[in-house]
Amino acid sequence: MNGRTPLSEWIEGLGKLTMLFTESVRSLFTHKLHWDNLLYQFYFIGVKSQSVVLITGAFTGMVLCAQTFFQFHKVKMDSATLAVVSVSMCSELGPVLTALMVAGRVGASMTAELGTMRVTEQIDALRTLATHPIDYLVVPRLLATTLATPVLTVISVSIGIAAAYLVGVGLLGMDGAYAWANMLKYTDMHEVWTGIIKAFVFGGIIAIVGCYKGMCCGEGAEGVGRATTEAVVYASISILMSNFFLTLFLTRVLSPHD
Amino acid sequence: MIEVRDLRKRFGSQQVLDGVSLRIEQGESVVILGRSGGGKSILLKHLIALIQPDSGEVRIDGKDIAGLNERELLKVRHKFGMLFQGAALFDSLTVAENVAFPLRREGKYSQAEIDEKVADALEMVELAGTQQKKPSELSGGMRKRVGLARAIVYRPEIVLYDEPTTGLDPIVSASIDKLILRVNERLKVTTVVVTHDMRSARTVAQRMVLLHHGKIYASGTPDEFFKSTDPLIHRFVNGIADEKEPEL
Repeated sequence: MNGRTPLSEWIEGLGKLTMLFTESVRSLFTHKLHWDNLLYQFYFIGVKSQSVVLITGAFTGMVLCAQTFFQFHKVKMDSATLAVVSVSMCSELGPVLTALMVAGRVGASMTAELGTMRVTEQIDALRTLATHPIDYLVVPRLLATTLATPVLTVISVSIGIAAAYLVGVGLLGMDGAYAWANMLKYTDMHEVWTGIIKAFVFGGIIAIVGCYKGMCCGEGAEGVGRATTEAVVYASISILMSNFFLTLFLTRVLSPHD
Repeated sequence: MIEVRDLRKRFGSQQVLDGVSLRIEQGESVVILGRSGGGKSILLKHLIALIQPDSGEVRIDGKDIAGLNERELLKVRHKFGMLFQGAALFDSLTVAENVAFPLRREGKYSQAEIDEKVADALEMVELAGTQQKKPSELSGGMRKRVGLARAIVYRPEIVLYDEPTTGLDPIVSASIDKLILRVNERLKVTTVVVTHDMRSARTVAQRMVLLHHGKIYASGTPDEFFKSTDPLIHRFVNGIADEKEPEL
């Protein structure tokens, strides 16, 4: 009716999202930070997400250990199990699964909250009270999610490896000393940094997609509901797609012997 | 002083504002009337630049604010207070935090000064002692009063009201009208009210403006409106439906 195709709408959305991101980064460096808001977001995103991230990390580590052990046991490579778990958790599963859980919990909540604020004119009210919504709403969420996701990832990876060790040694009869030594031998620092940098990027994706979808959502409960679903779906897809490119890029940059 | 010149705004295929020109003097109390969905709230939001026009000018004290970016507008908006249709209180904050919000953002008041100003503003809207309540604990009328307290706590020069009595019973509506008059009188502000509640309009207006088909159809005192023989004004003021022309 208005002559716009889904492709042009998608490109327009991508443009608006990019503008929101650049404006948020600019605001971060040029305007006063709302510390009270930032600390609350740290608490909500970082502290409140810990249980879900701990459970995700622990069970991922355990199942990865079990599966790897079952295969390696056939070729008498039991002691390499923990090394595989560690490398996988640090560089791939840890950041990706943590980010997906944070996207489901935090991204959805951001969109629903900002979307409700939009449809009840609270964002307009902020503007009339001479407060820029990006400074007050987006920047604290973006900063808190970007910084909290790597911390959550480190927690998830640590718990995952610890859980894998307990399952391997306690349940599957793996030699703990050999497995631990092999893990340290084959896990380079670049794997750890790869995971942390990925989590940093994923945190940014979750926050900016969540905020954008909330601030641009349609009218009424239906609009907020749709925006929330889209925020989780788009953030999850973006995490999975960017993970591939980040792996290629970071392997080149961080791994000197490849 | 607010001056609107040839303001036009289109949403999709609908031309909501089609060349609106309007001048509101300092200290004046103007009510914008019009049918539901006729663009009254859109016009009001243009006055504070919450919506940007397709063309035309909105001059506040001689400065055209149409086309300014959001950061530049933040400075202009210090002059305005606005009461939204649903009050638009921040759910997560208490009444006191809502009212104190604009004062805290300015960052130049001590906590004692903020508390005093919040108490004064709540007293003016007859809600003294409700500081610690959450918006969800308030009735519709109380929410609007808190919204008004938040809009006037920093002493703006212009106060905009978007359907201030919609959804309220007649007694609460009358008390909101009384508050509008009180704020206008005590703070010497310019008042712009958007409503289709004729009783409320008659109480608060020094001048009425009828928006029809995206244009200013008529402007005059409440007496002139209520005595008008113009068929459209007569029907609107007296709430007379015409089956041949249901949309006025």
